[in-house]
Amino acid sequence: MIAIYKRELSSYFNSMIGYVFIAALVCFTGIYFMAYNLYNGLPYFSYSLMSLMNILMFTVPILTMKSMAEERRGRTDQLLLTAPVPLWAVVLGKYLAMVTVLLIPVILCAFCPLIIAANGEAHLLSDYASLLAFFLMGCVFLAIGLFISSLTESQIIAAVGTFAVLLLLFLWEDLIGFLPSALSNVLSAFSFRTVFYNFAQYQVFDVSGLILYVSLSALFVFLTIQTLLRRRWN
Amino acid sequence: MIEVRSLVKRYGSHLAVDHLDFTVEDGQIFGFLGPNGAGKSTTMNIMTGYMGATEGDVLLDGHSITDEPEPVKRSIGYLPEQPPLYTDMTVEEYLLFAAALKKVPRGQRGEQVDQVMEMTGTFSVRGRLIRNLSKGYKQRVGLRQALLGFPKVLILDEPTVGLDPKQILEIRTLVRELSQKHTVILSSHILSEIQEMCDHLLIIHHGKKVAAGAPDQLERELAGPPALELTLRGGAEEAIRVLGSLSGCTALTPQPCREEGCCALRLEQAPGADLREAVFTRCAQEGLPLLELRRNAITLEDLFLQLTADDAQQTPPEEEPAPDVPEEADGETEEDLP
Repeated sequence: MIAIYKRELSSYFNSMIGYVFIAALVCFTGIYFMAYNLYNGLPYFSYSLMSLMNILMFTVPILTMKSMAEERRGRTDQLLLTAPVPLWAVVLGKYLAMVTVLLIPVILCAFCPLIIAANGEAHLLSDYASLLAFFLMGCVFLAIGLFISSLTESQIIAAVGTFAVLLLLFLWEDLIGFLPSALSNVLSAFSFRTVFYNFAQYQVFDVSGLILYVSLSALFVFLTIQTLLRRRWN
Repeated sequence: MIEVRSLVKRYGSHLAVDHLDFTVEDGQIFGFLGPNGAGKSTTMNIMTGYMGATEGDVLLDGHSITDEPEPVKRSIGYLPEQPPLYTDMTVEEYLLFAAALKKVPRGQRGEQVDQVMEMTGTFSVRGRLIRNLSKGYKQRVGLRQALLGFPKVLILDEPTVGLDPKQILEIRTLVRELSQKHTVILSSHILSEIQEMCDHLLIIHHGKKVAAGAPDQLERELAGPPALELTLRGGAEEAIRVLGSLSGCTALTPQPCREEGCCALRLEQAPGADLREAVFTRCAQEGLPLLELRRNAITLEDLFLQLTADDAQQTPPEEEPAPDVPEEADGETEEDLP
């Protein structure tokens, strides 16, 4: 698994993808931070993160699109799947490499609340809790992207598909409002924008929300493994 | 020893491998022969654990690839039809990665990579990006990858496709060298190649075994006794009257003849008989001038064509139905891959 993790991570930085992903997030962090926190003097960095969530939705598909699709197209999956490595290790190695790439802009974001603190009143606990929620939400996005990439051989389809699903999840609350209340009550459990807004807007440490994020990530990694297994036997 | 036991692979309604049974002994060079789309690659993919079989199993020294995939995969080196190369890596990075994947201990990886590079004789490209290598070098990098960890069994799927004649010779020499330490299973749709390299061969067609054995043995057993082709001066009826009574002659059929005043005949012999001398003596006794006498042995090539000739003319070659199947960029390779 470590070998796959390392290879995957280095491939993000051998190509432009890793840099583009990090640059886009960092650039927009800077813009929002400047506009909300520095220019308008808001003491909460979490407000910037709320806007950054949209950027994350656009950039995650760039990172995830090739993870599985490219292996199939280049037939390199034959190397991975005939090596004495269990399938879960292949998938997990790839997933963790993407999580590591996401971690880099998140760590850079962690400096922003300190800048606020250096200039006046700051809410470090709530800001860092929001950043944690932001990171875990990103992990869910990555897991969804990984899963969709495993369904297709085309990176474009993987990217567009991932973006569509992420957008659907973003609009989840608004959409389930159209459904009968019995159904919408159940489906609202998956509203993960609310979880993040609880952290970022209302400064609530939503433990159940974090559990939702972690379990959704695990679910999609599991589904990816199942997709590969199914293909092997069909 | 590798045992393949009644292997079946079904893609939807299409039967790609149909109850295939065979055994590969240790140290053999085992050739897998069949026209494109016969199920060679599918079988190899199942043997290496890339795909699961619909029915049946593959055992390596008694261990099943399905039940104990990891130890079995560790003993198998696989070069698929299209070498699985990460084009954004250099040759050395790639081989180190492959060595790590194959669980070669960390301390030995560098050394093994050097060793396989030496065996395939191309140190010069170690620092180059795989993307920029020619097809022949890519193939060799793929082969080195298969060699890493020095597995007991090497499975090479059409290792010479798309190479130039010199490279083909190099790969053949290499395979022969490798067979001293490894069991080698290789596939091809080119008969001469297999005939030259392998001690044992298996011909499959539409996923079924049609013939198996050592190349010479196959030639002897399946082709039957060779027929004689004769050209004689005189009429065909007379010649048939004279030669038809030879013991061991099972059939005499006139053939078209271009020479004037002559006839051509094909004489089928009973198994084990060699009538060349008897034909000569009889013709001499009867005053029938024998102009030509040729033994027409069926070659393995003819045999292969016979065994695999079928409804190909009437029905278009079967395509893989699975929507997952990617289009091959290379027109030559219509093998069934997942």
